This record gives sequence, structure tokens and C-alpha cells, in this order.
Amino acid sequence: MSVFGLGAAGTAALLVWGLAGLPSFGDFEGAYGQLLAHLTVPERHATSAVAVSTFDFRGLDTLGEEFILFTAAVGVLVLLRGQRADETVAAEPMHPRRPTADSRTLRSIATALAAPVLVLGAYVVSHGHLTPGGGFQGGVILMTAFLLVYLAGSHLHLAAIRPLSAMEGAEGVGAAGFALIGVGGIILAGAFLENFLGFGTTGNLVSGGVVPLLNVSVGIEVMGAILVIVGELLDQRFLVRKGDR
Amino acid sequence: MSFLPYAVAAWLFLVGLYGIVTSRNLIHLVVCLTVVQSSTYVLLLAVGYREGAAAPIYADIPTSRPVVDPVVATLTLTDVVVEATVAALLLSLAVQAHRRFGTLDPDELGALRG
Amino acid sequence: METAPLAVAIPLLGAGGLAAVATRLGRAGAEAVALAAAVAVTALCVALLVRTGSGLEVYWFGGWEPRAGTAIGVSFAVDAIGAGLATLVSALMIAALVVMWRYRETEAPHFQILMLLFLAGMVGFCLSGDLFNLFVFFELMSVAAFALAGFKVEEDEAVEGSLNFAVTNTIGSFLVLTGIALVYGRTGTLNLAQMGGALEAHSVDGLVVMAFALLAAGFLVKAAVVPFHFWLADAYAVAPTPVCLLFAGAMSELGLYAVARIWFDCFAGAFGPEADSLRLVLIVAGSLTALLGAGMCLAQDHLKRLLAFATIAYVGVFLIGLGLLTAEGIAGAAIYVVADGLGKAALFATVAIIQHRRRRVSELALRGQGRALPFTGALLALGALSFAALPPFGTFLGKSMLEDELVATGYGAVIAVLIATSALTAGAVLRVIARVFLGWGPAADRPRATEEETKPEEEGAPDSTPAVMFVPAALLLAAALAIGLIPGTTEAFRTAAERFVDGPAYGRAVLDGVSPTGLATASSYSAPAHSYLYAALGLLGAACAAAISLFVPGGRWLRTPARLLGSAGTALRGLHSGHVGDYVAWLVLGVALLGGSFALALT
Repeated sequence: MSVFGLGAAGTAALLVWGLAGLPSFGDFEGAYGQLLAHLTVPERHATSAVAVSTFDFRGLDTLGEEFILFTAAVGVLVLLRGQRADETVAAEPMHPRRPTADSRTLRSIATALAAPVLVLGAYVVSHGHLTPGGGFQGGVILMTAFLLVYLAGSHLHLAAIRPLSAMEGAEGVGAAGFALIGVGGIILAGAFLENFLGFGTTGNLVSGGVVPLLNVSVGIEVMGAILVIVGELLDQRFLVRKGDR
Repeated sequence: MSFLPYAVAAWLFLVGLYGIVTSRNLIHLVVCLTVVQSSTYVLLLAVGYREGAAAPIYADIPTSRPVVDPVVATLTLTDVVVEATVAALLLSLAVQAHRRFGTLDPDELGALRG
Repeated sequence: METAPLAVAIPLLGAGGLAAVATRLGRAGAEAVALAAAVAVTALCVALLVRTGSGLEVYWFGGWEPRAGTAIGVSFAVDAIGAGLATLVSALMIAALVVMWRYRETEAPHFQILMLLFLAGMVGFCLSGDLFNLFVFFELMSVAAFALAGFKVEEDEAVEGSLNFAVTNTIGSFLVLTGIALVYGRTGTLNLAQMGGALEAHSVDGLVVMAFALLAAGFLVKAAVVPFHFWLADAYAVAPTPVCLLFAGAMSELGLYAVARIWFDCFAGAFGPEADSLRLVLIVAGSLTALLGAGMCLAQDHLKRLLAFATIAYVGVFLIGLGLLTAEGIAGAAIYVVADGLGKAALFATVAIIQHRRRRVSELALRGQGRALPFTGALLALGALSFAALPPFGTFLGKSMLEDELVATGYGAVIAVLIATSALTAGAVLRVIARVFLGWGPAADRPRATEEETKPEEEGAPDSTPAVMFVPAALLLAAALAIGLIPGTTEAFRTAAERFVDGPAYGRAVLDGVSPTGLATASSYSAPAHSYLYAALGLLGAACAAAISLFVPGGRWLRTPARLLGSAGTALRGLHSGHVGDYVAWLVLGVALLGGSFALALT
């Protein structure tokens, strides 16, 4: 503990010293950000500077980030699979038909919300280049729709609509899709991840070139990856642990 | 007053680390790690803020209006995804630790020595 | 012209594709895809290496070329050192995939997917010219590594080792991110070249020092410099041995590469006059790491932990080379990294063979069991000689270049650290050979390490070593030898180092598209006579270390110094407790110490 106390005191002092050099809150004059913001509409005909910055100017970072999510999903699959070898696993999950939620109100609301949330997710994904949102945010909302089905019903329902291989397939397709679009940039435009589609009219759904496509690709991948992760963690409830029963 | 956001970031950073060092529960440890993560988000977004500027979405504002820095938003977005995935991995490890050792206490894990 | 992005895109596509078709390919199909991707990447990296020569190749993603000297998009800026590291990484990946084939049954293509992602992360890291992009690939590499370390999740220790690895390295990446925020706040850019220009134009204050300190601390966590090193032995001990091959030969050195890259291209201009004081800090940190690693290495019973601490020791040596902050230091460190990386990878492959044949990884439990494996023992002996930096191994060249440069910069005393590190690490391996293959040493010792069993594919131990495990080990050692024997390597490394340290030329090349002027080919290096003396000293020291650690438990004549060393050793070993909270506490103290010493040195 004393080791930590010493270290923390020193680090705190050094951090404050370093942070003191930053421009005052609200005075940031970074030219890079302003340059990107001013290039968004004229060059890419999209209205969300953040989306264009994420998928076009700094698209390589987003490709990497998307694959990190993919890696984590595969990692979770690897890390949680071990027990199948040395623990007795129920032939079927225990009590799969037992409803997840005990309250009828909760189940009703979850049933009612599942489809609208799906639509909302699709909206957020597809309009990412125009308004705040995009593939990552929309992908999470899409995933939530599936979780609402789980809340509304029982574990078995979730397993039926999100078979593991399909979700793995989805995340693979989404991840590879992004990279393939990047390669398309090489073939059709000259550089990896170069925007090679027509830019359309500002403010329309079809604008920004490949940015909407990348949004969709990321949305599928995020949905698949997070469903894999959440599904694996939820499955843990139903496996019999050695020593139980 | 203008230093406050940075101070918040530094505080979150250190308090999260304190939580990790003194943690007695692996889930608590992972959540403390997310606290440390949030310090970086706060710092990044605070760095990019411009007084009186709008959000960098031109859907309903003219392109001549000053906006906050979109690059830090991109950085934070990337950062959030990356750290959320690390948290997912760590939570899976916590689940496995509970299955193997029957406990979530890092003090009790003790399989590796020397 | 698209070589650089393809080197990253191919493994990513491979991983995504494998996941999309999941189990339909079967193990052979997945292995074939992974191997094909690794071979393709190696070929691309070699092409990059040949093309960059003494120049710099810049690639702008998304077609966003810089305008008016301001970078807009993300760039890959490849020089010979970066391309060379990428080639080493991908070559070791091929070796790791091949050795894994018989080491363990892997169901589904998840292992191959993770390996391809790991490869993409590491190659992108070596090639990138943008600070945040560096961070993204750093994270990709790390997350894949966490999953790979915990791959043998059916063993209890794998959970703990992977947890320690993940928590400490994630805190390291937060440090990097905080540094990025600081430097972005000052310079308003993320491109390394542009950052260098911007930092040089402003005066140096606490922010710049802390930005460099935080960035360096974060990358040094990955590199496992003391006191950030605690996670490494745990992670190596539990990861599948072919994966350790990659960790040791490639991953640990990448952290140091990043520190060197950001120093020469971003911060050197700003801190120019203070470089001498920084040199002292880095050399001290490197020496501490080298000695602690070497000492702990000798004290280990678990073969993989032994090699893990040897890795830490050599990271210390490389940090000393880097810390010299000169072209010659970089050249020596680069040769040493390549030769030692190949040697360590070969040693891990050999340990994989021992595990495959004898199902054990504890030196004491393996006593005498290696008598039937003479070729494996020979490989191990060659690895020990590589550690001892004997001619004609490439490690000898690297070590003597560093020794000469240490004298030239006034740090001649540090040569003792280099010799001690070689001696102790080689001594540890020699002791392993003596005990395992010759059966020497007292029989009564209890194995201290926990037993680690590989999952047997057949009942009982196999009768012969499969070629896929033996051949890569032998080839890696041959390559380590070749580095030292092929004429022209020293000139190439020196030219590459000259290019690496030239920050302003890097900036012009990246932002203005001005090709760097060709460098005169550097002169060849031939080790002076005293280097051979040092190498001989090292070998002698290794023999002594091996003998002492083999026999001292029963020896009566070294009691007092042994007991003193023993209690210090026990205390030191107690620090390596396996408890993640302790590791993080030391990490935070390390950050404070590093930041404090940078503050003192650089202001």
C-alpha cells in the first residue's frame, strides 16, 4: 500500500504539472480539427464531421478499432469455452423455459419495444453520416433489440434467434466487409480506404460516398460481436458447475 | 475554473488506480479499470472543447459556424470501443476465475509465484 | 505501391474470412489460410525492406495527401528499421504457426484468427507514422495477446496470468492515451512528423515533458522494463509455448521501438540540448532491468519463466542501446534485437519440444530426462551460446557495437552490466542443459514451479520429435548465426540507423514528399579485440553461474554470500507474487519515478 501511496502522490503531482500546460478549457485552437470540420461538407457532402472524420479521414483507425472489437469477441469465445471439457454440462441449459423476468409489466414492455428499437438501430446506423450516430452506436442499439427479446421471454428464445455460428458469421462478414471496402479503394480509386463512390447531395441519405456503407458494415459487426460476448456471458448461468447438484 | 475538467480527469485516473490496487473482488477491479478509462475520455473531450462553439454536425447550422474539434470525438469513440472490449475480456476471465478458484478475490488466486 | 496497406489488410481479411466460414474449413484449412497469410505478409515486408533501403516510404490512407504541409489523413511512414522489425515479426509468426501444429489440438479456427489479428496489429504498429494509429495497432496487438495468453483456459494459472497481463497492459495503454491527449492539446496534430515540427517550434514546459514521460511509460509497460515488468513472467508461463515464441521474439521489442520512434521523430528536436541527462535516466533504467531480469532468470525452475526473465534482461540491454540516443546505439541495439529475437524464439521452440516429449516444464522435475534427446540438447546449447553473445552469432556483433558506443559516450562502466547479463542468462540455460540433459546436480531438490502439463494428444509421451517442431527451431538458430556471418549486415544496419535518427529528414519526407537524400553507405563494423575478451569473460561467467546455481544448495563453501544473496533473492521473488494489485502499485510508482526523473533531466 505504501508503495502505491508514494507512487500515486508522485504521479498526481506530475500529472497536474503536465496538465497545467494545456490551453484553458474552451480555448483550444487545434488547426487539424478545424481543417477536417471545414472539409467535411465541400469534399464529402456529408454533414456529420465526426462521422467523416471517423470513417474517411481517419478510416484506418476505425478499421483497427473494429477489428479490436472482433478480437475481443473471439477472445471471449476462447476464454469461456474451457469448462466444457472438465465440467459436467447439462445436456440442455437448465430451466431454459423459465422466463427471465418475473414481472409481467417488464415482459410486456420488452415485447413492445423490441421491434421499434430494431428500427431505431437501423435508423441510427444508416444516418450516421448526417446526424450524430453511426455504425458503432447503431450496432449497440440493434443488439439491444435482441436483448429485449431475451428479457421478454426466456433464455431459449435468445438462443433460437441468435445461433452462435450466425452471430460469428455476422461479425466476420462485417469486419471483413470494412477491409474489403478498403481494398476496393485501392482498386477503384488509388489508395486503401479511399472514398470511391459518388458523393451525392449534401443532406441526402445517399451522400458521403462509402461512409454510409462503412457505417452499415460496422453496425453489423458490432451487433454480431456484442451479441457473441453477451450471449456467452449469459450462457454461463445455465452450465452446471462441478460440485453442484 | 478552466482547469477543473483536467483536474477531474486526473482525479478519476488516480482513484481508479487506487481501486484496482486495493480491490478484493475481480468484478470491482474491472469496473475500476473502466473508471480509469473514463478519465481519458474526459481529458480528450475537455482538450477539444471550444467556448461558444456548436457540435460538429452541419445538418442544421451553416458551415461558417465554429464547431468543437471533431477529431477528439473520433478519438474518444475509438477509445470507448477499444476499452469496452478489454473490459469484456477481463470479465470473461473473472467468470473463469470464479469457476476455477471458487472466489473472486484477487488475494486468493495465488497460483503463480516467484 | 500498395505494399504497406496490404501487409496489414491481408491478415485482417484472413481473420474476418475465417470467422465468416467458421468451422466449415476444419483445422487443416484454417491452418493453411493462416500460414498463407503469414507467408504473404512476410514477402510484402521483405519487399518493403528492400525498397526502403536507406530511404523512407510514405503511404497516405484514404488518398488524403497533406495539404500545405499539414497532414490530413493517416500515414504509414516506413523506413528500414520499421520494415525490418515487421519482417522479423512475420517470420516468427510463420515459425509459431508451424510449431503449434503438433503442440496442441485446436478446435475451431479461433487460434488462427487470433494469431492473424496479432500479426496485423504488430505489423501495423511497425509501419505506422501517426501517433493515434500507433495506439490503435498497439491495442489490437495487446487484445489479441491477452486472448492468446489465456488460451489454455482449462489450466488454473492461465486465468491469473492472463488477468495480470491484461490489467497491467491496459493501464499502460491509458498512460499512452493520456500522453496523446496532452501532446494533441499542445500541437493540434496526430501525425508524428508534424508533431516534431510543432514541438520544436515551442518552448519546452511541463506538458511536453509529461507527455513524453506518459507515452514512454505506457510503451515501456509493454516492453516490461522494471518496475513495469511483473506481468511478463506470469503471461509467458501460462501462454502456449509457440505463442511465447512470438511474445519474446517480437512483442517485447516493439514497445522499445515505439519509444525510439517518438523520441527521434517528435521530441528530440524539442529536447535537443537535454539529451545527455535523458541518456543517464534511460541507461540506469536499462541497467536495472537487465540485472534484475538476469538475476531472476538464474533463480527460476520453470523453464518458461526462466526464458521470460531472460527476455526482460535483454529488454534492459536494448534499452541501454536505445538510451544512448545515437545512431550507433540504435544500430547495435537493432542487430542485437534481431539476432536475440531469433535465438530466443528458437529456445522457446526447443522448450516446446521438451514439453511435447516429456510433458513437463520444471527443470528440477526434468532432471536427467533429456538424455534421450541429444539434438534438442544441442539446440539448447546453441541458444545458450547466442545468449552469451559469442562470435559468430549476431548477438556478438550487437553487443560489441553497444560496448564501443558506451565507451564513446562516456558510459564505459555499463559494459559490466552487458557482460553480466550475457553471463547470467547463458549460465541459466547451461545449467538447464547440465541438469536436464546430463543429469548433473543434486537429486534431492523439490521442484519449485507448479507443474504444467500440455494436453496430450496421445496417451504417454511421443517417441520422436515431430519435424514441424524441430525444423523451425533449427532454422531460427541458423538465422541467428547468419546475421553474424553474412557480410554487409553491419553496413545495412548502420545505414538504417542513420536514417532512423534523422528526425528532420523524416518530417520533410512525410509532409512535403521530399525524398531523403541518399546516405553514404556506412562503413562495415568489425569487432575490436577487446570485444572478444568481453565475450570470453561472458562465457566464463556463464560457466561459473551455471556451476554455482547447479551445486550451491548442497555446497558449504559459499554459505555467507549465498545466504545474503538468497534472502535478497527470496525477497525479490516474493515481490513477484502473482497478485495484480501489487503489480499495479509498482507500476504507478514506476510512472512517478520515470516522470520525476524525466522532469529532472529534461528541464
